[in-house]
This record gives sequence, structure tokens and C-alpha cells, in this order.
Amino acid sequence: MLRLINLELQKLWLNKTSRILIFISFILPFTVLILSSIKINFFGFFTLELGELGIFNFPIIWHITTFFASYFKFFFAIVVVSMIGNEYSNKTLKQNLIDGLSKKEFILSKFYTIVFFSLVATVLIGVATLFIGLYYSSYTEIAIIFRETSYLLAYFVKLVGFFSLCLGFGMLVKRSAFALAFLFILFIVEWLVFWGAYEVFGNTEMAWKVKRFLPLESMYSLIDQPFQRIIMTKYPDKIDLTYDYAVHWYEVATVLGWTALCIFLSYKLLEKRDL
Amino acid sequence: MEPILTINNLTKKFGYLTAVKNLSFTINKGNVYGILGPNGSGKSTTLGIVLNVVNRTSGDFYWFDGNTSTHDALKKVGAIIERPNFYPYMTAYDNLKLVCKIKGVPHTKIQEKLELVGLWDRKDYKFRTYSLGMKQRLAIASALLNDPEILILDEPTNGLDPQGIHQIRSLIKQIAANGTTILLASHLLDEVEKVCTHVVVLRKGEKLYSGRVDEMINSHGYLELKAENPDLLLTFLKSKNTFGKITVEDDLITVFLDQPMDAKAVNQLMFDNGIVLTHLVKRKESLEEQFLQLTDNQ
Repeated sequence: MLRLINLELQKLWLNKTSRILIFISFILPFTVLILSSIKINFFGFFTLELGELGIFNFPIIWHITTFFASYFKFFFAIVVVSMIGNEYSNKTLKQNLIDGLSKKEFILSKFYTIVFFSLVATVLIGVATLFIGLYYSSYTEIAIIFRETSYLLAYFVKLVGFFSLCLGFGMLVKRSAFALAFLFILFIVEWLVFWGAYEVFGNTEMAWKVKRFLPLESMYSLIDQPFQRIIMTKYPDKIDLTYDYAVHWYEVATVLGWTALCIFLSYKLLEKRDL
Repeated sequence: MEPILTINNLTKKFGYLTAVKNLSFTINKGNVYGILGPNGSGKSTTLGIVLNVVNRTSGDFYWFDGNTSTHDALKKVGAIIERPNFYPYMTAYDNLKLVCKIKGVPHTKIQEKLELVGLWDRKDYKFRTYSLGMKQRLAIASALLNDPEILILDEPTNGLDPQGIHQIRSLIKQIAANGTTILLASHLLDEVEKVCTHVVVLRKGEKLYSGRVDEMINSHGYLELKAENPDLLLTFLKSKNTFGKITVEDDLITVFLDQPMDAKAVNQLMFDNGIVLTHLVKRKESLEEQFLQLTDNQ
């Protein structure tokens, strides 16, 4: 396994474009996180300190940082599709196989790398959140600090799932740009399914339930939007605002299911294809 | 003899097109094999199948004694298919390091092989800055990294200038001299003739011949003759059944031998019959002529 990761890391690290993108996908969320945690003075007119809003309190901070950090996954998604696209356009995939890498090992080396990067991203976000939280949070009891760390797991699963989907599209169309276009098409298709389900069941509640099992929506809904929750903390007596924002096991299972399917289909596709 | 690759009734269809039809042959240790055939005769497809990048339609093949999986066997094989394929943004050294990781050989081999192909002083240049000849030599170095039992080369001199062709050919000969089995696919007949001991001839995916290069056609060669009196010579040649097909080009008479006969005997025979030759050369058909003869017959 280490050999396969090592192999893929060399391919990525020596490529200037992917090196920059990897750098951005790690650095940018941190910059945003740190900038948002400091007190910003707008030319003496007013000061903005997000910490005062209570969003850096444990345990809600886990929810907020993972939600926003997951938007930066698109940078690494470009790396994922191009690491497949390049292998096809340079014909190095063929050469790798001739040199003695099996098709299974090839897919696994990509998948392990995805897992490795997701893990690193999760750990980094976890550590950064912990420190910012310790600095700003009004509550610092151990039990409260670690109460909603399930968001970290959700973040990890979300990254692995999304990158595996990119890997699958990359294998399918062989071109990086087209693979990204496919992601957009899938986004539209999911809305079409939602509309179709609405026509069938006649209410949006059922339509949402259907959509939540589709790949992109299932990944998105792993970490629900935190805005409503922030407002809830301000107005705890407004019952109609309450919603279910927790991470559920079936949400994780759905995403893991899609991940397994993407990797398996990528392997089958490569196995059947003549290079 | 120790077999390295055995192919049995291999068939590959791309839709309606049959690229390889019922192909069988065996590669034994220690020889230099050529796969010969015009463009589109199934050479690259056959190599693709045994190298696990193209899926076969039917038939089977096995490496070595048949107890090694193709995946493991490929670690003892060095191969280049068509163009040299490397990562353009990596240096030669880094590219070979990657191959070392795939094949599981120590990095110390890199220097040895780069020196063999004469690229050691260019090792820190990016692959994309290389000329085609250098790319091809790097590919050979890469294929040799694991000291393979067999080296498979697919049209290694394609697109090279005469100097590059010469470099690659002498490299192949050097490698063959070290006892490595070589399988060389080419549509260049003189290349196969110059380098190979055994040949498999393909046309439209079918095997026409397999065996030693010099036994490809049972031929006694032909004579090129000139004489003071060509008409007398012609009538004499026609009267004897030792001689076969005769062609005349200006004053040069070419005649094929139907029975073995050396130049001295020919000269003696002519002289005894009152014909004085001004020009006498005995030749064997080149592989090209034999190949055309073979493909025409079918």
C-alpha cells in the first residue's frame, strides 16, 4: 500500500500544476479560517469580530469549519481528474501496466492517494479548529469540546466520496475538462430527478428524500448548512427554525456506498478497456 | 529449449475487424525473434495482449513455464510499445525512479542503464526536452532496468534519423550479445534480417511463417550474368532445366536456380559451352524479396 501511495505522490509532486493546486487546497481554507478568527477593523468605522457571534464556540465550531472548508475540495478535485486525464494523454497508463503494475494496483494507487489527502486535510482542519476553539470558545470542558467531532468524520467521508466520484468520471471520459463538465451535468440531473420525484409524489418532502440518496446531494447533506443553527442559538424560542443537522449513520453509509461503486466501476471499466 | 512465451490460438476482434486470427507460436530463450508484417497486420495487438494492455477475444498465452501469473511475469519482462511513453514534466532520472518503484528494483540500476544508452550526462533534463532518438534510448534503458529475461521492442527505429537508427541497432545487438532474448516487431525487413535469428511473419492477423530467418524460403539463390553474346547465353539457359525463371534488364540477365549450384560450377559450365561471361554474381534473395514472395503466394 505504501508503495502505491509513494508511486502516485511522486507523479503528483513533480508536476508543477498539481503541486500548486494541492498547496492551494490546503493553504486557502486555513487562510480563510485564520482571517475570519482575527479582529478586523474597517478603517475605524466598525470592527468585525466573527468570534463575538459565538460561531467559534464548541461544539458548533466543528460544524462551521468543516462546512466551509469542504468548499475548497474543488481544487483537489481538479488534481484528481487531471491525474487520470494525464495518464491517458501521456499514454503512461499503458506504460505503467507494461512495466508490471496491475490494473487493480493502478486504481488502488489513485484511491489510496485520495484517502491519504482526505485524511491529511481532515487532520489539519481538526487541529486548526481545536486551537481556534480553545482560544475563542466560552466553553472549554472536555465533554463539550469533543461532542460533535462526528463532523470531522463526515468531512473525511465527504472528501473521499467526492474525489472517488471525480476519479470515476475521469476514468470514464479520459479527459480532465470533460470529467469536470460531467460533475456539472450530474448536478443538473439530480435536480431533474428531484423534479421528477416531486411530480410522482406530489410533495417536496418525499422529493428531498429521494434526492438525498443521489451522489452529490448525499455528499452535500452529510454536513447540513449551519446558518439556520447559528440563528437558532440566537433565538432559542423559535421552534419553527429547528431542523435536523446532525450527522447520521445512514448518510455516511450512502456516501460510502457511492464511493465503493465509483471505485469498483472504475476498475471494471479499466479491466474491459483496450489501451 | 526453455520457453519464455507460448501463444496458443490467440484471436482478437475489434468489432468487425479481426486484428489477430488464431495465432500460435513459441519464443524460446536466447534467440532474437522478429515479428514481421506490414502496417496493420496485428503485430502491436499481439504484443499488447501478452503485455496485458489489450484484452484477448479467445485463445490463451502464458509466460515462462506457465506457472507465473502475467502480472508477476511482466516484472521479468522489459517492453516498449510504439512510442516511448514517459511523464513529460519529470526528468529522465525521476522517470526511471518511478519505473524502479513499479518493478521493485533498487535505484542503483538507474545509473548503470543510463550509462549503457549514453544518457547519464542528460539525466537531469526533463523528458519533454529530449529528441526522439534520446526518448527511444531512454525507453530502452527503462525496459532494461530489471535485467529482463526478454526485451520486447515494437518498431524501435520508427521515425528516427539514420544516425539514431544506427545507435538503436547497435544497442540491440549489444544487448542480444549479453544473452537477453529479444522480440522485435517491425515492418522494416532489412532491420529484422540484420538483427534477428528467428522470424514470425504476419499478414492481416494470420501467421504465414515462423522459424529461422535463413530457412524462410527453400531457395538456391539466383545469378546475375552478362556475356559478350547475350542471345547465345539466353538460349543456353533456357535449354537447361537447372535454371528457372529468367529476366532480362538491359544487358543484365537474372536467372533463378532450381537446383543448388555454386558460382565456380556455373562459370565452368558456361566456358565448356563456349560462352564467355563478363559478369557473374551469385546472390541469395533478400528478406524483402522472400517476404514479398511469401505474401504473394497466399
